[in-house]
Amino acid sequence: MNRKIRVTVNGTARAVEVPTYRTLLDCLRNDLGLTGSKEGCGVGVCGACTVLLDGKMISSCIALAVSADGHEVTTVEGLAGDERLHPVQQAFIDAGGFQCGICTPGQVVSAKALLDANPNPSDAEIREWMLGNLCRCTGYYKIIESIRAAAQRSRA
Amino acid sequence: MRAFEYAAPRTLDEALAVLREHGDEARVIAGGTALVTMMRQRLVSPGYLVSLRDIRGLDRIEADNGGIRIGALATHRDVETSPLVRERLPVLAETFRRVASVRIRNMATVGGALAHADPNQDPPVTLIALGARVEICGTDGRRALPVEEFFRDYYESALEPGEVVIGVVVPQLAPASGAAYVKFLPRTADDYATVAVAATVSVDPDGERCRAARIALGSVGVTPIRARGAEGLLAGQRFGAELLRGAGEAVKGAVDPLSDHRGSAAYKREMAGVMVGRALTRAWDAALVSARGTR
Repeated sequence: MNRKIRVTVNGTARAVEVPTYRTLLDCLRNDLGLTGSKEGCGVGVCGACTVLLDGKMISSCIALAVSADGHEVTTVEGLAGDERLHPVQQAFIDAGGFQCGICTPGQVVSAKALLDANPNPSDAEIREWMLGNLCRCTGYYKIIESIRAAAQRSRA
Repeated sequence: MRAFEYAAPRTLDEALAVLREHGDEARVIAGGTALVTMMRQRLVSPGYLVSLRDIRGLDRIEADNGGIRIGALATHRDVETSPLVRERLPVLAETFRRVASVRIRNMATVGGALAHADPNQDPPVTLIALGARVEICGTDGRRALPVEEFFRDYYESALEPGEVVIGVVVPQLAPASGAAYVKFLPRTADDYATVAVAATVSVDPDGERCRAARIALGSVGVTPIRARGAEGLLAGQRFGAELLRGAGEAVKGAVDPLSDHRGSAAYKREMAGVMVGRALTRAWDAALVSARGTR
């Protein structure tokens, strides 16, 4: 019960044959070698597996790979340019939002989606948007600071 | 997860035909937030999944007779951010905003959530208070029924084998009416409610007395419930602490919550009474504003 799917991943068209039960997360990590996205809770709560599907953030651990057939996926690997980190990535380093690293790919992808939708979010809007991304280092203040910094830098 | 066949038909008719062909083995999937999670936990292991995702037009949110019709494939986020919903029924946008996280709201669909029939969800509570009807389609045709009659038991709905939810129709609020959704959420913001209450209140043109009210609750039993006993106490009455206390007591007698990590049954019962008072107060205030606007 395999199916061939075509997915544009980080701007590159990919064709891959997957079992129907393959989650999008496992497809990205195991079939496509993109191990940035992590599995935390496995039930859509913690946010470590956050990717963008057609520009909207989703939990890839509870999405079937077959459901991404014909769509565009953006993972943390797709954010940086050749020589430069994405402003959100740079801000996470500069402002200390990047701690142990497990939740970071999901945090960064969610923050990018936020700034794409709302380039100038208030702290309350940052909190509401990011509440589904858990950080067990509990570095939430630094994460909010990082997103604020990325927003400022993007405007400059 | 166990292996399964997967079909993603492009039309509703095709989807219904596949469902009919595969009977009990088949399950419908839309956003997948509930079903894939249950499959990963091996709570369900369907042999055939029929995805509705590729059926065009099933995600529309449109004006309907002064009210709103929401297609089954509209996501929670679509409803939350819809200008039409925000303008006509802000309480509905506010209710969908309280579901889980933005990420889950991007995935979970309105029809999928109804079909899942989890009594702890937010949207059914407000949909019941607003008098919404769920639209169902099977190979034998279409039918619609009030959302409050759709839920039968824990994770069980009135859907017959081979039927799918295709939309929900939400009528406009009556003149001089207000609505409110109150979610009691002592843990994290993305959690299910410990107790949830939605209320609508219609007042006389002079704003003195309640003309009619509807009250619905979630997380207080095996299905979301409508509290008709408490509604009956409100008609013809003036607003006041005594009236709210009476409505709260009636609700406490009508709910049958389960003890879990969100609270004991006794605690939820007590909080149901408190939250009904708060929801009615907010709905009544909104009704007074609405009445003033129409005078």
